[in-house]
Amino acid sequence: MTFIAKPRLHHPTLQTNKVGYTRRDYEGRISTLCAGCGHDSISAAIIQACWELDIEPHRVAKLSGIGCSSKTPDYFLGASHGFNTVHGRMPSVLTGANLANRELLYLGVSGDGDSASIGLGQFANAMRRGVRMAYIVENNGVYGLTKGQFSATADQGSKSKKGVVNNDSPVDLVGLALQLGATYVARSFSGDKEQLVPLIKGAMAHGGAAFIDVISPCVTFNNHGGSTKSYDYVRQHNDAVSRIDFITPGQEITAQYAPGELIEVSNHDGSVLRLRKLHADHDPTDRYAAMNYMHQHAAHGEVVTGLLYLDPLATDLHTALNTCAVPLASLGPDRLCPGAAALEKINAALR
Amino acid sequence: MKRIEAVNDFVIKFANVNGSGSASANELFAKAVMRMGVPVSPRNIFPSNIQGLPTWYEARVCEKGYHGRRGGVDMMVAMNPQTWDADMAEIEPGGYLLYDSTRPIPPDRFPDGVLVLGVPLTEIVNEAYADPRQRQLFKNIAYIGALAALLDMEDGVFEKLFAEQYRGKERLLDANMKALHLGRDYALAHLPCPLGLRMRRADRVGDQIFTDGNSAAALGLIYGGATVAAWYPITPSSSIPEAFEKYCHKFRVEASTGQHRFAIVQAEDELASIGMVVGAGWNGARAFTATSGPGVSLMTEFIGLAYFAEVPVTIIDVQRGGPSTGMPTRTQQSDLIACAYASHGDTKHVLLLPQDPHECFEHSAAALDLADRLQTPIFVMTDLDIGMNQRLCKPFVWDDARSYDRGKVMTREELEAGKDFGRYKDVDGDGIPWRTLPGTHPTKGAFFTRGTTRDPYARYSERGTDYVYNMERLLRKFRTAASLVPQPVLRKAAQPTRFGVIYFGSTSPAMHEALDVLQAEGVHLDALRLRAFPFPDSVPEFIAAHEKVFVVEQNRDAQMHSMLVNELDIDPARMVRVLHYDGTPITARFIAGAIRKNMVWHKEYA
Repeated sequence: MTFIAKPRLHHPTLQTNKVGYTRRDYEGRISTLCAGCGHDSISAAIIQACWELDIEPHRVAKLSGIGCSSKTPDYFLGASHGFNTVHGRMPSVLTGANLANRELLYLGVSGDGDSASIGLGQFANAMRRGVRMAYIVENNGVYGLTKGQFSATADQGSKSKKGVVNNDSPVDLVGLALQLGATYVARSFSGDKEQLVPLIKGAMAHGGAAFIDVISPCVTFNNHGGSTKSYDYVRQHNDAVSRIDFITPGQEITAQYAPGELIEVSNHDGSVLRLRKLHADHDPTDRYAAMNYMHQHAAHGEVVTGLLYLDPLATDLHTALNTCAVPLASLGPDRLCPGAAALEKINAALR
Repeated sequence: MKRIEAVNDFVIKFANVNGSGSASANELFAKAVMRMGVPVSPRNIFPSNIQGLPTWYEARVCEKGYHGRRGGVDMMVAMNPQTWDADMAEIEPGGYLLYDSTRPIPPDRFPDGVLVLGVPLTEIVNEAYADPRQRQLFKNIAYIGALAALLDMEDGVFEKLFAEQYRGKERLLDANMKALHLGRDYALAHLPCPLGLRMRRADRVGDQIFTDGNSAAALGLIYGGATVAAWYPITPSSSIPEAFEKYCHKFRVEASTGQHRFAIVQAEDELASIGMVVGAGWNGARAFTATSGPGVSLMTEFIGLAYFAEVPVTIIDVQRGGPSTGMPTRTQQSDLIACAYASHGDTKHVLLLPQDPHECFEHSAAALDLADRLQTPIFVMTDLDIGMNQRLCKPFVWDDARSYDRGKVMTREELEAGKDFGRYKDVDGDGIPWRTLPGTHPTKGAFFTRGTTRDPYARYSERGTDYVYNMERLLRKFRTAASLVPQPVLRKAAQPTRFGVIYFGSTSPAMHEALDVLQAEGVHLDALRLRAFPFPDSVPEFIAAHEKVFVVEQNRDAQMHSMLVNELDIDPARMVRVLHYDGTPITARFIAGAIRKNMVWHKEYA
């Protein structure tokens, strides 16, 4: 933890992306999380993903709930508007924000306590509605800010730092997201940037509700033997379903793959997700197969990571509500107010 | 026993079974009264149930135009055997009873001194109609027909109402007219028509409209430019978002594309509905939710966030009987304190207090402007009595020159020109800071919104001085609000008086009637109708100008009285509580009685 601000000086050779920003332009304030916290790696992956996607930072709205994870939007995309809402209620605030202005990109950041414990209902209903957003849960299985209590994603039988064994079944947010209709469902590990960055890019480019559960070890309260959310445990049990490349529109595709080894999925913005399959029996476009696959492997103690399910034709809440193309927030009385003459007709009908 | 005789001034109550289709027949009666130029104020008294339980429709016919509930029943239309005895007990001595005489009722079940008018309604409709549902529905129309004859109502008004209602559905029009005539013809042939209780054409309705507060609030939200609505169903507020949706489909669908200039989400609970409204308000849309007391309880954490993070929010609270589930289908003004000081920590919120559907429209539209101007939650405190009952009121008015007040939103151009932006900085002295909307400028004006303490530039801070600056500024903003909200309305007594009365919301019609009654008895009171919280200076001035001020409200704990004491440091001894809270709308009889009793007790008038 440091209080020294990063100098804003840019090295002249710092590379700019297509919209003229350097990677530094996607950074935020200095993190106040513990040194080695998985969440900081996720912030770095978000910065990398947004830079690579050529997103103008101010076109992103970043929202979060309460907790260590929910503090992180202050540590990336400093030129974006952010909203640190109330505990477990980020999904509803993001839903409202999204309804008000469909032109921005929405990034929801939450934690396991925030989404699986206090906010399970809002998580579930945002998935059901298909709110277009990248919803990232930074999942460490504990409450960090209140010093190490179990959250609802802690595995049954896992041990807290104080030696307490968790008796409750875990909430599996990935399983729920799949069941509830999320159209982009992934799990990753904060220690695997190579996998995480393209997953975030795919989520940001997705046309509906994209959910990524990122196992993100808590170095202070949940990184010991007996924990199933520690760096060591996740590294040993990580079982990736595919390697992912995110290909922006117009980018040349050069590599060759054997038939059946590769799946390419086009996003609505023209970008392509190319999945190099590591498991022949996993089909990322079949929701029910993905659920089965995940449950079977979880039963063997494996942490299945990667893009588990994707519906390339996904639509969102705006499609369902048939809202107009321009942001509702931009409409003035000329487009909204029926006027005095219409009111006179209403009056007449009420006499 | 002297028979009650009155023209254009009586209370008629219909005792029905809910789900039987009586509501539309009873409304037809009320509209017919109105079409004869006579004001009427009906009230639904209904259970928290969908089918099979007792429901009543109490209509006060009053040429003088008093819309408050009067109390007492001059004529009972007893169509529900379940509630027969209780209904009989309500009839005033010398009153009237209309009932279905198909099945004989033992003589001892009729109250003494009541003129009993039997119509074999079931028998009549069973002969005329074969379909069971039609028999049920037209029995209701038939008793309206009998009333038309008994009360000497004009035939033409019913014909015209049916013609308007069933335009293009001639078959239904004819069937309804037939049912009406069945009842009317029977009454004319067998009953002493017309009664001493009767109608006569008058000209006291004028250009007034007849509508309910919930529809009016929804229309105000349409006119005021609300685009995002998030809600969770709760009695008695659900008809606001439903009416909003209806009006949206009428006025907000783009002709060329069929796309919607609105978004309505039925949320999973009140926490989510207010959360969506907060998100939409933060992002620049005009957003609202409608709820009732239990919903407000669930929303309080978010209300605190919106207060502290300064996000525009509009909440329509249609109050019902509390606490807890309370009396879901009865009326009260008992959410005042829960809303005025909602959420933990030091908070104060703006409340608007409409008195009728006309003001539900006005205040709902105004709330959206105020929310943007003040960047804070605005509550429109209506109640079940105004919200779910149709009431005669002034027609809705809109000035096409009126624009929306979007408040202090800094533009891209201003940011580009280098204007200093401190999200929580008071640069204008009114306590209201400037805000920016997400996506405005590539490099300037972004900030992190949070419920934690921050400095004037929105940077996280736990420094006491930053906290105090912010809290003091919020107080200053609240004082600014007092001059922006709808101002109180003063009604001076006919002669100078030491006594005053403060009232608000749905108490208005009963209060106005009580003031007339008391004045006729020589009791004079100046009356101040509050239309909002915070209180402008005119409120303490009014209290200071009177020796004794009655505060009339519909709750047990004198919540408005407490707010006056709390906010204005007024000696509670100067104010007298007049409290009505049994769930029925307050009456002029109750108010006049309470004031009269207090005056006599203190020998202050005689």
